[in-house]
Amino acid sequence: MNKVVASADAAIHDIQDGATLMLGGFGLCGIPENCITALVKKGIKQLTCISNNAGVDDFGIGLMLQQKQVKKMISSYVGENAEFERKLLSGELEVELIPQGTLATRCMAAGYGMPAVYTPAGVGTEVAEGKEVRNFNGKDYLLEYAFDADYAIVKAWKGDKMGNLIFKDTARNFNPLMAMAGKITIAEVEELVEPGQLHPNEIHTPGIYVHRIFQGTNYEKRIEQKTVRKRI
Amino acid sequence: MALTKEQIAQRIAKELKDGYYVNLGIGIPTLVANYIPAGIHVELQSENGLLGMGPFPFEGEEDPDLINAGKQTITTLPGSVFFDSAMSFGMIRAGKVDLTVLGAMEVSDEGDIANWKIPGKMVKGMGGAMDLVASAKNIIVAMMHTNPKGESKLLPQCTLPLTGKRCVKKIVSDLAVLDVTPDGFKLLERAPGVSVQEIVTKTAGRLIVEGAIPEMQF
Repeated sequence: MNKVVASADAAIHDIQDGATLMLGGFGLCGIPENCITALVKKGIKQLTCISNNAGVDDFGIGLMLQQKQVKKMISSYVGENAEFERKLLSGELEVELIPQGTLATRCMAAGYGMPAVYTPAGVGTEVAEGKEVRNFNGKDYLLEYAFDADYAIVKAWKGDKMGNLIFKDTARNFNPLMAMAGKITIAEVEELVEPGQLHPNEIHTPGIYVHRIFQGTNYEKRIEQKTVRKRI
Repeated sequence: MALTKEQIAQRIAKELKDGYYVNLGIGIPTLVANYIPAGIHVELQSENGLLGMGPFPFEGEEDPDLINAGKQTITTLPGSVFFDSAMSFGMIRAGKVDLTVLGAMEVSDEGDIANWKIPGKMVKGMGGAMDLVASAKNIIVAMMHTNPKGESKLLPQCTLPLTGKRCVKKIVSDLAVLDVTPDGFKLLERAPGVSVQEIVTKTAGRLIVEGAIPEMQF
C-alpha cells in the first residue's frame, strides 16, 4: 500500500471549481502551506473552505482570498485578516461563523460516522437561529450536523507511505479531525518515512483515513505573534 | 483610582485555587498568569490544544508549532500535554475546566455576555468563547466598567449579539468586583479610592449595594 504522490500539484490535481475543502491549522500554525500554494497556482474558484481561521492578508488562506478563489468560508475566528473582514462586511464573501468547539466537533462527527451532535455552544444566540434545540437533563443543546467535505487537506509533522500521521505540538489542532472527515484526505508532511519507522503507539491519525500523502518543501511556518521574555 | 489592566488581572488571580484548571481568554485575562499567588499551582488550558501552558520563550527559542489561542509563541512545562481541538473543547464542554476568565463588551444583570460582534462594524468571530461560556462552571469577566464613550458595560440587557446567556458569575472591572445574582449585580468590593456612588452611576443594570463596601486588597 503506497499513498505517496509526487507533489502538492499532484495531490490536488482533481479538485474542481465549487469543491468543499477542509483546511487544517490554527491561525498560521499547522497549515498545509504547500497545498495552499498549489491551489492558488491551479486557480480553481467558487470554493467553500472550512477552516478555523482565514490566514492573514498575505499568507495561508489569505492568499486564496486575494485571488478571489473562495465563495464561502466556514470559520470560528477571522480577526487577523483585514481584507477578509472588509469582504465580509461588504458582502463580497459569504461567511458562516461558528463556535470553535462546534467546528471541531462537526469534523469529528464526520470522521466517526455520526450524522450530528448536540452541543450547548450558541444556545440563546444568533448561532441557534433555525436549529433544533433539545433539552437534556435540564439544559438546552443545539443540533449540529457533521460536515460533508469533498477534500480534507492537512499538515502533519511526520507521516509514512501508508498515510499514518504524527503531529507536532499545537500544530495538531484541527488537523487530525479534518484528516478523518474528508471524502478524500490529502496530507502533506515535513518528513515522509517508510512504514515501520513510526511507532504504532505514537501515531495520531491511522492511515486508513488518508488517501494521498507527500513530503512538503520550503515550509515558512510564519509566526503571527512573536512573544518572548527577557533572559534574567 | 480606577484599576489598571494589570491590577484587574492581579485581583482576578486571587480567585485562583490550588489545583484549578484555568482557561484565560485574550487581553486582560492573559495577564492573570503573571499574578498566580505563591504556593498555588494551576494548570492553564489553551483551547488550541495544550494543557500546562508555560511562559513566553526566550528570544531565539520561539517555535512556530507552539502557540497559544492568541497565536502568541509560548512554552510547555513539565507535565504539559497536547491534544486536538475536539478533545480540547471536549474537556471544556464536559466541565473539566474549573475557571474561565474572559473579556466582554457587555454583560447583563442576568449574566448574559456579548463579546464577539458589533453588527456592521466588527466581525471577527466568536472563536472558542461560545463553547467556553456555554459549559464553564465558573466564569469571571475581566473588563472596563465603561466603554471608551463612558457608557456603562454593565447593562439591564445586552444590546450587542450575545455570546451566551445567563453564564457570567463574577465581574472584575477597573472600578469594582461584582457577583451576578438572580437579583442583579451585587457589589462586593470597590477599587481603592473609588466611591460607591461612582460605581452606582456607572452601572446601568440592577445593582445591589448592601452595607459598607470594602476596598479591594491586593
